[in-house]
Order: sequence, then C-alpha cells, then structure tokens
Amino acid sequence: MNYTELLRAMVPEAALVIGALFVLTLDLAFGPRRTLESRLYLAVTTGTAAVVAAMYGAFSSSLAGSVFGGALILDELTMATRLGVLVLAWITLTLAGSTARLRHPAEFVAIVLLATAGFTVMAAAQQLLVAFVALELASLSLYILAGFDKSKPESAEAALKYFLFGGMSAAFLLFGFSLIYGLTGSIELHEISAHLAAHPPTPLLSVALVMVLVAFGFKAAAAPFHLWAPDVYEGAPVSSAALIASASKLAGLTLFVRLLWPGFGPGAGNVSTAAGAPGWLAIVACLSAASLVLGNFAALAQSNLRRLLAYSAIAHAGVMLLGVIAAGDAGNGPLFYYVFTYGIATVGAFGVIAVIERTSPCQRITDLAGLYRRSPLLTGCLLIYILSLAGIPPLAGFFGKFTVFAAALNLGGLAGPAGWLAILAIFLSALALYYYLVILKQALVVPPAAATSSDPSTSRISVPVDAAIVLVFAALVLVVLGLFPSFVLRIF
Amino acid sequence: MNALPLTIYASFAGAVLALAAGTRSHAAARWIALVTALTSFALTLLAASSFAPSPGLQTIIDLPWIAELGIRYHLAADGISLTLLVLTGLAATVGVLFSWNIEHRVGEFFALYLTLIGGVFGVFLSADAFTMFVFYEIAIVPKYFLIANWGSPVTREHAAMKLVLYSFAGSALVLAGLLWANAAAVAHGSVSSFSLNDLAAAATHFSRGEQIGLFALVFTGFAVLAGMFPFHTWAPTGHVAAPTAASMLLAGVVMKLGAYGCLRVAMPLFPVGLAFWQPTIAALAIIGIFYAGFIALVQDDFKFVIGYSSVSHMGFVLLGLAAANATAVAGAVLQMFSHGVIAGLLFAVVGRMVYERTHTRQLADLRQLPLHRLLPFAALTFVLAGLASMGMPGFSGFPAELTILMGVWKTSPVWALFAGGGILVAAAFTLRAIQVSFFGSIPLSRVTASGSEPIHAGSLHHYEPITLAEKVGTALLLAATVYIGLKPDVLLDWITPALQSPLMQAALKGGSL
Amino acid sequence: MNAVPLLSLVVFTPWIGAAVLAFLRGISPATTRALTLAFSLSTLALSGLLLFQFDPHSLSPQLVERHTWIVALNVHYHLGLDGLSLLLVLLTGILTPAALLASWYHLSPSLPLPLSPSSSPRLFGSLFLLLQGAALGVFLALDFFHWFLFWELSLVPAFFLIKLWGGPGAPRAAYQFVVYTIGGSAFMLVGFAALFVATGTLDFAQLAQLGRDGTLAAKLPGSGHEIVFFGVLLGFAVKVPLWPFHTWLPATYAEAPTGAAMFLTGVMSKMGVYGFLRILWPIFPAPLHYAAPWLSALALGGVVFGAFAAMKQTDLKRMVAYSSINHLSYCLLALFAVSYATGRNVATGPAASAALSGTLLQMFNHGLSAAALFACVGVLQTRKAHALSLPSDTGVPPVSLHDFGGVRTAAPIFAGLCGLSLFSSLGLPGLNGFVGEFLIFRGVFGLHPVAAAIATLGLLATALFLLTFWQRVFHGPRAGVTATAFADLNPIELATLLPLAVLMAVFGLFPGLLTGLFNPLITSWADHLTLP
Repeated sequence: MNYTELLRAMVPEAALVIGALFVLTLDLAFGPRRTLESRLYLAVTTGTAAVVAAMYGAFSSSLAGSVFGGALILDELTMATRLGVLVLAWITLTLAGSTARLRHPAEFVAIVLLATAGFTVMAAAQQLLVAFVALELASLSLYILAGFDKSKPESAEAALKYFLFGGMSAAFLLFGFSLIYGLTGSIELHEISAHLAAHPPTPLLSVALVMVLVAFGFKAAAAPFHLWAPDVYEGAPVSSAALIASASKLAGLTLFVRLLWPGFGPGAGNVSTAAGAPGWLAIVACLSAASLVLGNFAALAQSNLRRLLAYSAIAHAGVMLLGVIAAGDAGNGPLFYYVFTYGIATVGAFGVIAVIERTSPCQRITDLAGLYRRSPLLTGCLLIYILSLAGIPPLAGFFGKFTVFAAALNLGGLAGPAGWLAILAIFLSALALYYYLVILKQALVVPPAAATSSDPSTSRISVPVDAAIVLVFAALVLVVLGLFPSFVLRIF
Repeated sequence: MNALPLTIYASFAGAVLALAAGTRSHAAARWIALVTALTSFALTLLAASSFAPSPGLQTIIDLPWIAELGIRYHLAADGISLTLLVLTGLAATVGVLFSWNIEHRVGEFFALYLTLIGGVFGVFLSADAFTMFVFYEIAIVPKYFLIANWGSPVTREHAAMKLVLYSFAGSALVLAGLLWANAAAVAHGSVSSFSLNDLAAAATHFSRGEQIGLFALVFTGFAVLAGMFPFHTWAPTGHVAAPTAASMLLAGVVMKLGAYGCLRVAMPLFPVGLAFWQPTIAALAIIGIFYAGFIALVQDDFKFVIGYSSVSHMGFVLLGLAAANATAVAGAVLQMFSHGVIAGLLFAVVGRMVYERTHTRQLADLRQLPLHRLLPFAALTFVLAGLASMGMPGFSGFPAELTILMGVWKTSPVWALFAGGGILVAAAFTLRAIQVSFFGSIPLSRVTASGSEPIHAGSLHHYEPITLAEKVGTALLLAATVYIGLKPDVLLDWITPALQSPLMQAALKGGSL
Repeated sequence: MNAVPLLSLVVFTPWIGAAVLAFLRGISPATTRALTLAFSLSTLALSGLLLFQFDPHSLSPQLVERHTWIVALNVHYHLGLDGLSLLLVLLTGILTPAALLASWYHLSPSLPLPLSPSSSPRLFGSLFLLLQGAALGVFLALDFFHWFLFWELSLVPAFFLIKLWGGPGAPRAAYQFVVYTIGGSAFMLVGFAALFVATGTLDFAQLAQLGRDGTLAAKLPGSGHEIVFFGVLLGFAVKVPLWPFHTWLPATYAEAPTGAAMFLTGVMSKMGVYGFLRILWPIFPAPLHYAAPWLSALALGGVVFGAFAAMKQTDLKRMVAYSSINHLSYCLLALFAVSYATGRNVATGPAASAALSGTLLQMFNHGLSAAALFACVGVLQTRKAHALSLPSDTGVPPVSLHDFGGVRTAAPIFAGLCGLSLFSSLGLPGLNGFVGEFLIFRGVFGLHPVAAAIATLGLLATALFLLTFWQRVFHGPRAGVTATAFADLNPIELATLLPLAVLMAVFGLFPGLLTGLFNPLITSWADHLTLP
C-alpha cells in the first residue's frame, strides 16, 4: 500500500473536497454580513477555483495504470472522464452563480463539489467497493441538489422520486456486488474477470449481472428504469438538473463500462450475430432498444420543454448503451465522445433555460416563443445545442452518433442485433428531428406573444456576462469537436 | 479549378457577414449576399473556363480529417460536378436578385440562404462520402427556417416540417447505407475509409445481397430529395410554401443534390444493385412523369402547377439515370442543369412577379386579369420559360430530353415511348398554365361587348412595375437556357468524358454518345 | 458553299423583321403595317433570286449551307434547296403578304377599349413574321435538329395568333391544335432519337441513303424499325392532317383569324405533306410500302369524309376547312399509291411521276385557292359585322350559308374573284386546281385503280358543296346581310385577292411554269422506285 501514490492519484478529489469545506467555512465566516448575491458569488468563485485546481490535478496526474493495490486505475478513460465531468461541473457552477436564486448558496456549491468528487472517483474506481462508495457519494449529493429549491413542491417531489428510485437501485447494485463477491471471492475487477473466464457461468451469476444492470439502467436513465427522469428534469432546480443530466451520466457510464467490460467481460456473450450467445450484452441490447423507441416516441408527445429534454435524454441513453455494446471491440473512444458532447449540449440547453427563467418562466415549449427577438445570443446557442442533440453535422452530436453507429455496425454488419439496433437508431434519429425542430420553431420562427412592455415573457432578456461566456464556450466546444473529433478520439 | 473550394468558404463567410450586417442595415445584408453569390458564380465560371475535361474526378484538396475512421476531407471535381456547380452559382445569384424585396429579418434570411448554397457547393465538390454527407445535411436544415419564416403564411410551417423530415429521412437511409458499406468493406478486409473510390473498390467484393440492399438504401435515400415517386410529396408542398428564392433553389438546385447523389454515390458504388433495381427505378420514374404531369394538368393553384412540373421533369432525370448508359446519363445531367434554370425562371415568375403583385395564386382569379397586358414582361418570361420547359427546340430542355430519349431507347424502346408520352403531358400542362394564367382574360373584349365588365377592371394598373433586379435575374436565366439550348456541346463536352471514368463505366453500359 | 448565305437570308429575314418590330416601341400602326409587309415580301424577292440561281436539272440540293453545329450529337446546320423546297418557298412568299393584307384589320390602329385583342399591331406583325420564318426554315432545313426546331417553333406564333385574335372558341381551339401537333411530334422525336442511336446521324440525306440500302432496318432490330416509322408517321399525319387525325383542324381553322387561317391552310398544312415527301418516304421506303394499303385507305377516308363533312356544314369557314382536308388527302393518296406500287412489276414509271408531280402541283394550288377562299370568307365576315354594326374589336362573327344571297349583283368584283377561287378549288379545267387533281387521278389510276375509283366520290361531293356555296351566297335574291348595303371589295381586299386569282389563272393555263421547277426531280424519284 503506497499512500503517496494514492494521494497523487487523488489530487482532483482532494481539491474538490477541500474546496467544498473552504466554501462552507468562508460562508460561515463572512456570510451573515453579506447579501445572498455576494454570498453566492463568493461561493461560486471559490468553487470554480477548486474545480480548476481539480482539472489541473486530473490533467497532470500520470497515467500510472492501477494504483493503490488496484483500487483505482489511472488510464486514458479516467483522465478524460475526470476532465469531462469537471468541465461540466464548471459550466454548471458558473450558470448557477448567475442564475440560481438560492437560500443557501454555499451549501449548494459545496454539494455540487462533493458530487463532482464522487464523479471523479467513479471515473477512477476499479474495485467494487470503491465504485459503490463513489456512486453513493455522488447519488446522495444529487438527491439533495434535486430537492434544493425548498420553495417549489415540484422540487421536493423530484428529490423524493429520485431518492426512492436511486435507493432501490443502490440496493440492487449492492446485492449484485455481494453476490459477485460471493461467487468470485474478489472485489478486484481483473480478478473477477479472470475467475469468470475460468469458470462456466452459473445462474446465480446471471442474477448478479441482472441486478448490476438494473442499477446501471437507473443511472443511465434507460427504459424501463427511466421513470424518475422526466419528473427530476422538470422539478429540480435548473442547475441541479443540468448536473444530473450531464456529469452524472458521464461518470456513471464510465463506471459501468469499466465494470462490464474489464470486469464482467467474459460474461458478455455476443450480440453481433443473429445466433448470438447469452450474456449481459443481450440485456444491454434490450435496454437500448427499449430506450430508443420509448424515448423518441414519448418525446413526440411532450409540451413541457424539460420533460421533452428528459425523454430525449432517454433516447440518447439508448444510443449510449449501443456505445457500451460496441465498446468491447471499438474501445471507449466513441462512447466517451458521445456522452461527453451530449453532456455539453444538455448543460447548454439547461443553461439557456436557466437564463430565460431569470426574466420569465420557461417550462412549456411555447415559453420559448420569439426568443430570436428577446435574445439573439441565447437563440444562437440554443440552435447549436439542439441541432447537436439532433445530430446535425458539423456539430459534435452528429459525429458522436456516427462513430457509435459505425462501431456498432463494425461488430458484424447487419448480421446481428447490434447492427439492427444501429439501423433502428439511425431511423429514429430522423424521427427525433421532429421534436427538436418543434423547439427551434418556437425559438426562431414563432413571433413573441402580443408584445406588452409589462409582460416579462416578451421583454428582452439580459444575459449575464459569465453565463454568456460559458454558453458560448459550450457552443464552441460542440462546433470544434464536431469539426475535429480527433481531439477526443486521439486520447484513446 | 483549384479556386473551387473557395465557393464553399465564401458562401459560409458571406452567411456570417450577412447575419452580422443584417442587424444594422438591410441593404448591407442584401449587397453582401449578392456579392457573395456573384463571387461564387464567378469562381465557378473561372474554373469552367480553365477546365480540362478528363475521365474521373480531378482532386483539388485531399487532407486527412478523422484518421481514426479513415475519413478524409477530399474535394474534387469532374465535368458533372462542374456543370452543377455553375448551375448553383447561377441559381444563387439569381435567387438573391429575386429576394431583393425581402424586408423581414433580412440578415437571417440571407445567412440561411448562403449556408444552404455553401452546403450545396460542398456536396457537388465532395469526393469522400462522409464529407459529402456532412455538406448534404448542412444544406438540408436551413431549408426549414427559410420556408417556415419567410414562406407563404398558411401552409409554411407544415410544409417546411414535411420537407425537412422527408429530406432527413432520406439522409438517414443514406447514412445507414454508408455505415453499412463501410462496415462491410472492413469485414471484407479493406481498411476503413469513406472515400468514394475506396468504397467502390471494396464494394466489388460485396455479396450480391449486400450490393442490392446497399443500393436500395443509398439510392432511395438520395432519390427522396430528387423527388422520385412515391417519395415526391414533399416537393410540391415545399415549393409552394417556400419564398420565391427558396423555391427557385429547392427546385433548381436542391432536387439536383438528390439526383447527383444517386449518380455519384449509389450507381458507381453498387453496380450490381443498380442492375437489379434498374427496371423498378425506371417504372417509378415513368409513373412520376405521368402522375405529376396529370396532377399539374388539373391544379387550380398556379404555384402547384410548377411544383408538380418539377417532379415530372425530375422523372426524366431519374429515367435517364435508370437507363444507365452514358448517353442517357449525360442527358440526365443536361436535364438537371436545364431544369434547374427553367424551374428557377418559372418560380420567379409565379412567386415573385405575379404572386407578390396580384397576391393570388388561384388560376381562377388570375384568369380574370388580363395579365399579359398588366405584366407583359412577366408574360413574355413565362411564355419563354414555359416553352423551354415543354422541351421546345432552341431551349436547353430540348437537347436534354433528346439525349435522354436516345439513351433510354438504347436500354429499352418501351421506356422511350413512355418518355415520349411524358413530353406530350408536359406540353399539355405547361400550355394550359400559360393560357389560363396570363391569357385567360382573352376574349375579354368579348366579355365587355356582351355587357359584363371584367373583374378587377378598376384595380388593373396598380401593380408596381417589374424591378431591375427581376429583369437582370430573368435575363441571366433566359440567356443560360437559350445558350445551352443552341450549344449543348458546351456542357456535353464536360459531361461525356466524366462518364468515361472507370468508376462510372463500372455502373454504365454502352459507351458514350 | 456560296458567298452569300442566300437560304439563311431567306429563313431569317422575317425573324429579323420580327425582332425589329418587337424593339420599335410606339411606332404608328401605319409604319408597323408597312414594315411587316415589307419584311414578309422579302421572301418573295429573295425567291426571285433563288429562281434565278436555281438549276432544275441538278438533282442534288443546291445553294447548300453546311456548318458543324453540335459535335456531340453530330448535328450540322444544313440548308439546301431543291425543286420541292423552292416550290414551297415560293408558295410561302406569295401567301404571307396576302395573309397580312387580309389581316390588315388586325393591324389597324388601336381601338377604344384598352384591352381589345386587335390593339397591338406590333405583336400581330412580329408573330406573323416569326411564323413565316419558321415555315421557311422547315422547307429548307436538311438536318433533323433545326428542322425540328423550326417545325416546333412554328406552333408558338400560330398558337398566339389564333388565341389572341381568333373567334370566341379560339383559346380551346388553339390549345387543341398545339397539343395535338406536339403529341404527334413527341413520338416523332422518340423516333429520331432512335434513328440517331442506330445510325449516329440526323442528316436527312444520309438517313435516306441508309433507308434505301436497308442498313436502317438492319440497325433497328426487332420491331424497332416499325416503331420508329409509326412514331415519325404520327407526327406528320397529325400535321397534314391525315384522317382520322384531323379532329383538331375544323375548329382551329374556323376560330383562327382570316389571315392566320390562310397561312395555316396554305402553308402549314403543306409542312406535313412536305414531311411525308422529304422525310418519311425516303427514309422508310419499305415500312411505308407495307403500310401503304392501310394508309391509302385512310387517305381515301379523308378524301371522301372530308368532302361529305364539308357538304354538311353551313358555317362557311368550317366548310372550307373540311374541303382542305379533302384536298390534302389527294396529295397523300397519290404518295401512298406510289409507295404501294413500288417494287411491284407494273409499269409504274410514268404513272408514278404523274402522281408525284400531281401531288406537288396540288400542294401549291391548294395553297393558293384555299387561302383565297378563306380570304373571301373573311370578306363576308367583315361585311356581316358591318351590317350588324358590331363594335369592330369584338372579332368577326361566324358566317353561314344562309346569311347571304345575291352577292353577285351587289359586289360583282368580289363575286368574280371568289367564284374563280371556288372553281379553281373545285378543279375546273383551265384553272390551276384542275391540273393537280387530274395528274393525281391519272397517276393513281395507273397504280391503284380501286382507290382512284373511290376517290371520285370525293370529287363529286366537292363539286356539290362548292357549287352550293356559290349558288347560295352569290345567286338568288339579295337576302340576309346582302339585303342592306353590301360594299364591294375595298382596295386592300382587292390587293389580297387579285394576285391570288391572277396566279390561279396563270398556273391553270401554264402549269409548265411550275412543273418545270421540279420535273427532273420527280422523274428521278419515279425512276428510282425500289425497295431495299
């Protein structure tokens, strides 16, 4: 056990946790004598500093492979995911700083930082226990964040739903983990895989795998474990929802792809040929198909902007699962690229909603009417985010889809379910364009409702500078990564 | 030649500038758009003047783009692309002239307009399937906003959505096909690549089933945009709802994207599939020619007549492609150019000159007006454009149809006879449109003599005169169609060698003209 | 190759005229009239030059102009003149000015109502000149590409002349006319596309050569040869028209303004016959030969039904229209008879040459007399309009047999000239109509006696209705319109009719003037009647 190695590996988490504590202390020290705005400002600045420090730590940490007796792993995926979640957390924080109206700013920021710490550990976890702890750290923080807006009953409802589902899935996960430990006698992923490779699969193992996948489905908001998503997206404070939709997804997928392939790889089975072979891939494929279909079709029916984003998230989860299936062959590059760019686009979209909500409510899609008059900047950014979600070149969303589908088809062409899923996803993406265009129609085509100077829903929206900066930054990321995806793919 | 990619970049740059300038001054946005379009047009003409026809694509740029998937940013051109590039430049310029009177969100209009143009240029220049697809989709999305924002109030949102969803569904088919082809190529042991040449080379090892399936996916995907029956229904509604310039571009250029895709991607890559589907495509093309023609014959909405006529004429293009011999395909490309110009003219007259002055598109109303006296210029233009679109000799439509007929006869005399019938239908509905729209009020004098006053007789002379911009645009298009009508050689000399390339020869049988 | 492109000059002078008219805005109607007439007369003047340079005894086309045009399609700009073309150029040159004079009314100053159809003489004039140029182009072109160009473009001005200046039913008639004709030519186009695919040339001479030595049949395997033949046949059959493709004709002629009707029947119907002689027969000798029995049956149908239909008409214009179906069917009958007899070992030579020269004469003479008749009907129409004192822009009213009576006493000169044209078209010996029909009958008797026998029925009926016309309108008591004042010909109408009448008489007495132009050609045709 080499603790210096451990410390070097955990620099980002350390930075985040210290930052969180620092935020709280500062607030205690200077808070009472200051206004909410300045407290929030202080907290966010400190928090951002911590995030930046964490970024530096994550960036400078060496790709040492397994550290601390295999509890953690520092590889390309770890570094990329850490940086990814940190970027997403940074965007969330900045947006919160300029948009959120919170009674307890410091606590909010601190919890965001703790959640982020959880994400970064999830990114590095290579051992069932570490994985579970990290997951729980993140999840608990997210439950709080979901319910943070005490003034809104929806927020409380969202928090409760999220908590119940989350708790149950955590139970499943733990049960699954313990079964696996019982079966293989180890919590180290490589030992588990070695054991699975050596021994024939037992029914109990499949039960364990199913339980893990249930938790996974919950984390990724994949049908049929998606039920919490719409309500959380709708009820939670915008910045919390943004974090749940983006960073938590990225970290969760990294965690599970690491569990599944390096860990349970031998039990994967095969879905690239029609005959196939039994294994967890089959289950993932089913989840993926269900999410694709349900997400896209349910989204068609939405009139509430956030619920629509939620269902589109479910549809995207379907593609991500396809990426997980392909990750065995094609590596983690396509999956990571897809999830990261998706996260950026989603955070951006929520950011736009947050900025709009400073002047007027933004729940229904029609609340976007006339946005092009009210704020060209927001309209432009929203256009890019939504088109990226829809997968229009040259934006990142397109190449994400492209590379995931390519990877899935490379498994065996149209010979097996993987290929069929890819084709299904391609056609559904044409369907998806419809509901994305419905959003853009409100924003770019429909004129604002009868313009009365008093009515806030037609007045011009002022965009805070820092929010403007991060929104433009997110849009630029989508464009640049879309034009030059190699920047990301090269890492893997 | 090497300056051609500038057309893409210039268009996109122009889009940004127009957007920026539009917030301050409408005039500035217009002029930026015009200058941009003219620049691209000049560039294409420049390239044309120095163009040395040769079999195969002449590479202009070829850079590694996404090494992980073997995707290259590969721009190249041959006679076919050059023909369509010149057409695009021309259509873009004229389109700006005919949207000079747009007053509402001018900057955004021209920004979207130029983005669309840039995408189109990109598609015609791409030699890498991925690159082409990216540009293809860039060209699709602006259409939604152009129509939904500036289209005709009642139908625009529905029409725009329909059009974009059809196009996107088509491109989804194409995407599926390309990815499958790439996967199959890798499975057959070649390195992952999306360059048309590599894919074609790899496709020679594909099984018959794969070829047939892939051809069906890719060809159908592109044919949707080419308005092939029964996937044409987006076209008339879209053309009708769109603002004039957009209809001109849609019918003039965007439908050609589809046909070009069929010719450049589907046919050379999957010759076996082509051979299998040939009769089906021909049948659909012929049905399209007649079906759309007959609908155009009974339309009450002037713009719908033109909309369906476009579908009918694209039927000839598809028939030429289906015939799959050098003559027919050369004719098809010629027809693409010719129809691009002529459809532009027709929509210019109907959408801009007539509708924006009379504010009605109903033939029933128009026939009450002695339009040929109120708008003589429009009448003359429409008569000439109509003749051209009927395939009258002396206009570009004629050599195109003649060449197509020749090629189709080579493949199947029966198809050729049907095509002949198609020409008759085209003549019938065009002539009807001419006489009802502009000369409907004759014998008006007899109406007056028998006592009843002609309707609108009071408000007859209130129409604003045809503007200079309109006249210049019309003159450009007319000059183009007559010039090509009398000297089809100019284009055929580019197209024919391009069809001699090994890639094309793989798909085409039966030598050249 | 000659220094001055004389034939191009012939073809394009009228078009130049049209362009000039189109660009001279706001010139007085008087100037318009003068210009139009001058340009239309150019043809006559130039054909004078042609006559001077033309050598009837050389059988190959003369004054040839041939320039490469479209390499890819092996198209050449190819004009040439032989007896047949010259004859028709002359006819066009004579008839166009006459038709313009007859339409003087349409070229008259603008009338009170701003929208009156007759208020734009410039448009009328330029359309007419376009029409003339197109017709000349058809008669002189020797390469399919621009022959077809002129052939199709001739429809456009015709369409607008009929539509804008025609009678109440004009729009429908014009539409019908153009769609029918294009329907025919669309399939002709397919046919020539096929010919090009098979032979790689669109030059009439070369195609005829290939047709004669049978390579064409060899190169168009299967039923291709026949399909192509029927496609091309359809194009011409509609144009002439060959019964039963004639249904567009009566309405069109009846609705067309006088001048246009004169040109349609005088010149444009000849374009069809010309097509038969210049294109269908030389290029497809064999298929035509095999189809000849059926085709001559159709031609007979035209002869007989045309005549009887005419007999049933009371509307004079329709009557004349049907009569010209009848007259043109004679030409076709003769041609089909010749083609029918081709290759049979009967002494076809003299009979064939008689039939063929009869055909050519008939084309020319029918042009003169039918045009003259339409002019006369036009005169009657104006008189009726005047008598009913209709506002002069309402177009002219239809005239029927029963509107008139005893015109002879009221307007002797008119009666004389009209009578002359009536009897000429009825084929009275001593007038031009006689020579053509006589030769045709002589020829056809030699080649296909049955057909000739049946055709005589047509002769009979023709005589009947034309005499009815003569008797009802010009004799008997003055009735109807004539009861009131019936002015005799005014100078312009005289200028229209007199030259035609004179020519009818002259060519009636000295048909040699015409036959001299094409006899060598005809004899050479008749001597080389062979099947591949």
